[in-house]
Amino acid sequence: MAGAEVTDIAVVGGGPAGLSAALAARQTGAEVVVVDENSAPGGQLRKQIHKFFGSKEHHAGQRGFRIAEELAAACRDRGVELWTDALAYGIFDHTLGIVRRGTAFTLTARAIVLATGASENALAFPGWTLPGVMGAGAAQTFINLHRVLPGRRVLMVGAGNVGLIVSYQLLQAGAEVLGVVEAAPRIGGYAVHAAKIRRAGVPIWTRHTVLRADGRGQLEEVTIAALDENGRPIPGSERAFAVDMLCLAVGLTPLTELAWQAGCRFEYSALLGGHVPLHSEDMETTVPGLFVAGDVAGVEEASTALEEGRLAGLAAAAYAGHGSPALEKEKAAARERLLALRSGPFGSGRRHAYEEIVRGWLRWSGAR
Amino acid sequence: MRIEEHPILGSLPKAQTVWIEVDGKRIPARAGEPIAAALLAAGIRVFRTTHRRGEPRGLFCGVGRCTDCVMTVDGVPNVRTCVTPVRDGMKIETQRGLGRWPEQK
Amino acid sequence: MERRPVAVIECPEEIPCNPCETACPHGAIRVGKPITRRPELDLAKCTGCGLCVAACPGLAIFLVKEEGDTAEVTFPYEFLSLPRVGDVVTAVNRDGEPLGAAPVVAVRQVRTSDGTWLITLAVPRSLADEVRGMRRLNR
Repeated sequence: MAGAEVTDIAVVGGGPAGLSAALAARQTGAEVVVVDENSAPGGQLRKQIHKFFGSKEHHAGQRGFRIAEELAAACRDRGVELWTDALAYGIFDHTLGIVRRGTAFTLTARAIVLATGASENALAFPGWTLPGVMGAGAAQTFINLHRVLPGRRVLMVGAGNVGLIVSYQLLQAGAEVLGVVEAAPRIGGYAVHAAKIRRAGVPIWTRHTVLRADGRGQLEEVTIAALDENGRPIPGSERAFAVDMLCLAVGLTPLTELAWQAGCRFEYSALLGGHVPLHSEDMETTVPGLFVAGDVAGVEEASTALEEGRLAGLAAAAYAGHGSPALEKEKAAARERLLALRSGPFGSGRRHAYEEIVRGWLRWSGAR
Repeated sequence: MRIEEHPILGSLPKAQTVWIEVDGKRIPARAGEPIAAALLAAGIRVFRTTHRRGEPRGLFCGVGRCTDCVMTVDGVPNVRTCVTPVRDGMKIETQRGLGRWPEQK
Repeated sequence: MERRPVAVIECPEEIPCNPCETACPHGAIRVGKPITRRPELDLAKCTGCGLCVAACPGLAIFLVKEEGDTAEVTFPYEFLSLPRVGDVVTAVNRDGEPLGAAPVVAVRQVRTSDGTWLITLAVPRSLADEVRGMRRLNR
């Protein structure tokens, strides 16, 4: 590989948003390179073994890892270049700094799509650093991708969709899940995900928290307690469990390092997981020619990531000179599907948060 | 513990066995898997101890972000074991603090 | 009432999902637009084929057949070990609580399964609305 590579569209991150962006951009005839630090494309889809929500356009009803395989195969068939084991460590205008298998080089593109995803949040309490305490996503990666159970007796913290789904998958992997601890007064994830583990006999304790984790050298015991209306532990409600694994499913934060480095303007959105780059309806950031898609643009679901990717890929291709009336129509269709995904009691909050980000971009754009 | 049978993923696919050495003890690994997977399968959960307090650390994020799982691999410290594949004959050591580079030894 | 199983859909929230509608070959399930609408079942069109049971990502669809004093309840199942026809297992309710011993009368997969098994238990008719699963078997 030479020291300086050139392409039409560079996509950073080969998860659902990135691969979807690459396919959309490629379909316009643009030359597309996907840069991903993992050994295989697919991002976090690779460890998702449950069937996905959404509709046919989002591969609904298919298991996540199969969607990853299909997207990657489609990319290969259509001539998208997939660079795995390739770490994008920096962005300098329209040039990415990349390290791949020990070699450093640059990749310059007419337009860049950042689809870097998100990382798991941690939760601090005495003993949270003990070996055996880990992110729910880490547990999921190890059981479903590497086929190793990091522990046998598990407590889960967080009854959002990640906590519920990973609890179910730990059961499938043969672990014993003693219960799910949730500080909020109600279950945050979908009722159907909660119902799966309830049927399997796993209790979900709302208004409860982890007080501490103990163990000599590694996790042996976790103490939980009930919370009063002000979120304070109720004395006397403590319960201890002998476990060798405690999973934390307490939300995700967008992985925005490259967007910060590129000089994007941000806005904070608690609902979207933290600071997210302002972006237009077409997913373009405040840096011309730099687009975002998926969790980096606000933590949502794989189905929204696929649609945002499509939209960003098309818009990036148009920016790179591959626009057409047909492309504009497709963008409009993708926007409409996104609107549908962001309806209903779960989606409408995210829709408002998303619209706030777009309004921020419009204010910036108007003031320019 | 290896997950040999899985209701959705089926039987564990065959893989070549490679041998790695962890603090002088030989353990088997599946070719291509991350070091951390082989260690957990062998029941090893403490990967390093911290610089100041000597507290144990192990797998935390599992995707190469948090660096809690770093160990000394073939003499090189601070290698992220959750994303670094095993190689036959690899020498892995529990890392104390920030570790030492070979030339400092 | 006809002696055939019919789908029971327990999908209480407006979530963006419609594989049940896509899976049904008889047009018995309608989600429509927007995709967050809850599914509606047309009982007259449902044949109890089970394609929606295996397709539902929420594992929220069941089949219930009532006849005389007994009922057959079918639920999606994704754990090892699998029960065999003739085994007597512990039927459980929506909270995983045991409701008693029940014989397994069918263990099958359908076109939409991709790993999801459909297990059918014979239970007293009075428990047709209660039984929604079985206790997992030790390996």
